[in-house]
Amino acid sequence: MKEKLEQIKLEAVSMLEAENADLEQIRIRFLGKKGELTSVLRGMGALSAEERPVIGALANEVRQYIEERLADAAVAQKAKENEKKLAKEKLDVTLPGSKIKIGKRHPLSQVQEEIENIFIGMGFEIVDGPEVEYDYYNFTALNTPENHPARDTQDTFYITENILLRSQTSCVQARTMEHKAPPIRVISPGRVYRSDAVDATHSPMFHQIEGLVIDKGITMGDLKGTLEIFAKNMFGADTKIRFRPHHFPFTEPSAEVDVSCFVCGGEGCRLCKGEGWIEILGAGMVHPNVLRMGGIDPEVYSGFAFGLGIERVVMRRYNIDDMRLLYENDVRFLEQF
Amino acid sequence: MKLPLKWLADYVNIGNPDIKDYCEKMTATGSKVEGFEILGEDISNVVVGKINAISKHPNADKLVVCSIDVGEAEPLQIVTGAKNVNVGDKVPVALNGANLPGGVKIKTGKLRGETSQGMLCSIGELNLTTHDMPGAIEDGILILPTDAPVGTDIKEYLMLSDTVVEFEITPNRPDCLSVIGLARESAVTMDSELKLRTPEIKDCDGKVEDYISVRVDEPTLCPRYTAKVVHNVKIEPSPLWMRSRLRAAGVRPINNIVDITNYVMLEYGQPMHAFDYKCLDGKQIVVRCADEGEIFKTLDSNDRTLKSSMLVIADAEKPVALAGIMGGENSEITDDTKTVVFESANFYGAGVRITSRALGMRTESSGRFEKGLDPELTMDAVNRACELVQLLGAGTVAEGTIDIYPEKKAETVIKLEPERISNFLGTYISEADMRATLEKLCFRLDGDKIYVPSYRSDVECMNDIAEEVIRIYGYNKIESTRFRTSAAEGKLTPKQRYYRGLCTALCGMGLNEIQTFSFISPKYYDKINLPEESVIRNSVVISNPLGEDTSVMRTTAIPSMLEVLARNNNYNNTDAALYEMAKVYIPREGIVTNDKGIPGTLPEEKTKVVIGTLKGDFYALKGIVEAVVEFTGVKDVEFEAVTTCPIFHPGRCAKIVKDGIELGIFGQVSYGVCENYSIDKPVFVADLDFELLLANAGDVAQYKPLPKFPAVTRDFSFMCDVDLEAAKIEKVIKKSLGKLLDGVKLFDIYIGAQTGGKKSISYSVSLRAPDRTLTAEETEAAISKMLANLDKELGITIRS
Repeated sequence: MKEKLEQIKLEAVSMLEAENADLEQIRIRFLGKKGELTSVLRGMGALSAEERPVIGALANEVRQYIEERLADAAVAQKAKENEKKLAKEKLDVTLPGSKIKIGKRHPLSQVQEEIENIFIGMGFEIVDGPEVEYDYYNFTALNTPENHPARDTQDTFYITENILLRSQTSCVQARTMEHKAPPIRVISPGRVYRSDAVDATHSPMFHQIEGLVIDKGITMGDLKGTLEIFAKNMFGADTKIRFRPHHFPFTEPSAEVDVSCFVCGGEGCRLCKGEGWIEILGAGMVHPNVLRMGGIDPEVYSGFAFGLGIERVVMRRYNIDDMRLLYENDVRFLEQF
Repeated sequence: MKLPLKWLADYVNIGNPDIKDYCEKMTATGSKVEGFEILGEDISNVVVGKINAISKHPNADKLVVCSIDVGEAEPLQIVTGAKNVNVGDKVPVALNGANLPGGVKIKTGKLRGETSQGMLCSIGELNLTTHDMPGAIEDGILILPTDAPVGTDIKEYLMLSDTVVEFEITPNRPDCLSVIGLARESAVTMDSELKLRTPEIKDCDGKVEDYISVRVDEPTLCPRYTAKVVHNVKIEPSPLWMRSRLRAAGVRPINNIVDITNYVMLEYGQPMHAFDYKCLDGKQIVVRCADEGEIFKTLDSNDRTLKSSMLVIADAEKPVALAGIMGGENSEITDDTKTVVFESANFYGAGVRITSRALGMRTESSGRFEKGLDPELTMDAVNRACELVQLLGAGTVAEGTIDIYPEKKAETVIKLEPERISNFLGTYISEADMRATLEKLCFRLDGDKIYVPSYRSDVECMNDIAEEVIRIYGYNKIESTRFRTSAAEGKLTPKQRYYRGLCTALCGMGLNEIQTFSFISPKYYDKINLPEESVIRNSVVISNPLGEDTSVMRTTAIPSMLEVLARNNNYNNTDAALYEMAKVYIPREGIVTNDKGIPGTLPEEKTKVVIGTLKGDFYALKGIVEAVVEFTGVKDVEFEAVTTCPIFHPGRCAKIVKDGIELGIFGQVSYGVCENYSIDKPVFVADLDFELLLANAGDVAQYKPLPKFPAVTRDFSFMCDVDLEAAKIEKVIKKSLGKLLDGVKLFDIYIGAQTGGKKSISYSVSLRAPDRTLTAEETEAAISKMLANLDKELGITIRS
């Protein structure tokens, strides 16, 4: 009987080793209810009391061995099958994916949002103001009374004698001071209007972002520091800024602010017309008359304000040479950003 | 302001700096340089020559051959076609290798076989006009004075070389619209000595009082009126040096008297006027307001109808000038003027501005007065004019000056607060440095009092002093700091968050964002077929638009979207799918006075979410709209058919309604409107109200337990009229099943031969209870009720 068991073991192993062995059939043949091993065990009754445990143990050993080899063979066979399947299913991965169309934000919105995020990070809030505005907020409250020559520097669209299309987002400064007590830290993006005919660098409607900070002890150094952080975040960590004296009726001192050219880094190139600097915004310390008109005591508080044209940043950043493209909304243009 | 540096040198010695360096430094201290021009740069190798002989050209009747002495050993032979040259004339000669304006190069060559070693020049070839060279002719050679030294460089002889720096002067600094003003700034900037001088007049004859008297009726509009008289005037061209400077500064020379007034204006910044004395009736000047409706012909030969608010300079009878704007034709300087009255007056800026705007006249003079000039200027200016008269030998100055100056301008005094200034700037500057800077800028200091020069009316308070100090100290030496302030919340409002989120969602749906102008043409309303009486046409109108196409503020952004779609269709972007977060401007009824006492009401500014596509179909657009609704979190909206909106297809348009409020409208654009935009394919547009969507957004979602018990799902096909809206069937199903309803989903619609003029509509309905498995009886009862209701309310039955 012992020989019989050894033979069964050898036979099973040889069958398992065959190519494409039918594992289920092997299992049934050797381990099934009517299988060879089972019939051997059934014949154990004829054995002596001494032989029975020895043969029993051997039979179990053989069963376990076959079972294990069957499991191994199953794993190996599965692996082979998978391999075949994988080989058969090879794709040209360079073919294009199924198109899922993602639309693009308008480049003006992208840049506006980026600027907003930089200032939110510095603790600013975003406030809004009307575009159709009283001339009071656009001019008078900004230290530009009627018949002030500075009113000429911006050709303004009028609706009535007292109502106009705001020519600058600075109106929001005046409105904010009326509604909020210091400390004030706001920016206000939006559309502004000036009577400029459309050409490659002018548009009668464009976008600005105004910024205003008012508190005790605000200095011109703070203005510079704030704009520096903005410029570095917007244009790159190596960006430098430069202040040039200028005049705005609502700030004193006032400055025009240049950033080092983000293409050449200040060496001079085609983008910056060889100057190494690009003018991007106007800024200054809030004029005491403006604070006073906003109900804020200039003896106690000081502040700074700045305004920047979004189109200019967009055009510089993406190297767009014609402003009209921004309002034509050609899909082939929009999808580039 | 164009500043010729040779003129500047009269008042300050800045040495001979690199021009770029000078420009950069001036910009850095606040006088912004726009650019510079080197005059005469384009002329070289042109000298004074003398014509020794003229002979006939052997091969050409219209040409002559000249022998010309240019100061060299040998005379040159030059062929010319000019008719106006004679032996002995001095002329400009362009030598071999000469450069002339416009890139012209002169070389020795042959003209009809005769050697020509250069060219004789006309004024045009030297880029001059008859104003620059009075007496010269345009179509001939420029004949120079007989004493012109042969061989001299023409640029030197005609004073054609100079460097002109163009400044952009801000409106607060009218004092810098002058050579002297810029000399002051240059002196401080370049650390050079300022050489100011007081004009001197000698040898007068006659008395000004014997000629004229002046009365100022409007001292507010005319704070100061200063005048002098010059007689024995001989009108002639002014000398070359004066013409050359005027030309460099961009002013056309006219005659000695007019040139003097312009010269003084450029030098001092004080506009002047010269009257022909013989045209002044009654030996009198009266500064008064015009008579209402009075007609006055100005120097430019235009009749002006005046208003009683406008200030004029008049004689005893009539106006002779519009104060500070332009003189009258009736008292203009002419070639036979013998006696001149020089006016050097100060006019109130706002007054000049109102008049000049009302008459649509902007002149060099009015532009200066508008900015507010210093009344202290008038005396030096009129004296300088008379000094120049004497220098030019243009006439005899009468003794004395008329000067009506009832209220001398008070001096501005500001306290010097060095510590406050340093704190304000955030940069420490010592008191000594501040004082030194202010003194260089001609401020007078006495203890802690700063006396502001009269021409610096822009300086009024501490901030202004801080600016004066820092602009000279250097804006770029300010240290960058971070402000310290109480904690503020840098965050977006819920509305701003929703705005950004919605944009992201729309982009995620494959739509590109567009931006269009807020102003449109009123014709845009015609293009979307709005009826004449439509309230949507009621727009905010711009009173001074650039053109008709940007003349009203839009009340709807649909036409802007259609324009963009049409443009993209033309560009062959035929699958354009776009959205705009578009502001619209809705006029408000009634005139109200706001809390500032300002009359007039601002329009309501609303944001619309406008979606437009050239691809898909109605349901593709509806899918986008539904996604927007879902993203926003508006629950239980209903879609109702709209058949009467002129923009849309009457059978393919719906509005979104929530609790009776219309949140938006969408659909296929009607064929007529598409034709107006020349779009030859279906167009789909949605116009949603951003603010209303947000206002109807649900509250924060509350968790509902996930189902524990199974649902029962049944499919039904109903037969109904073709026109019956699916929403009505769904409504009955939902109502009938009540709490047991788990979901209802349409899966098929069929209209065909077998449906016999009706439609078959199929739903999958599932029922579920949260707390138990539904029994067969319960399910059947609920479904029977549903079918009964459908039959009763809509007359529809299950398709057999």
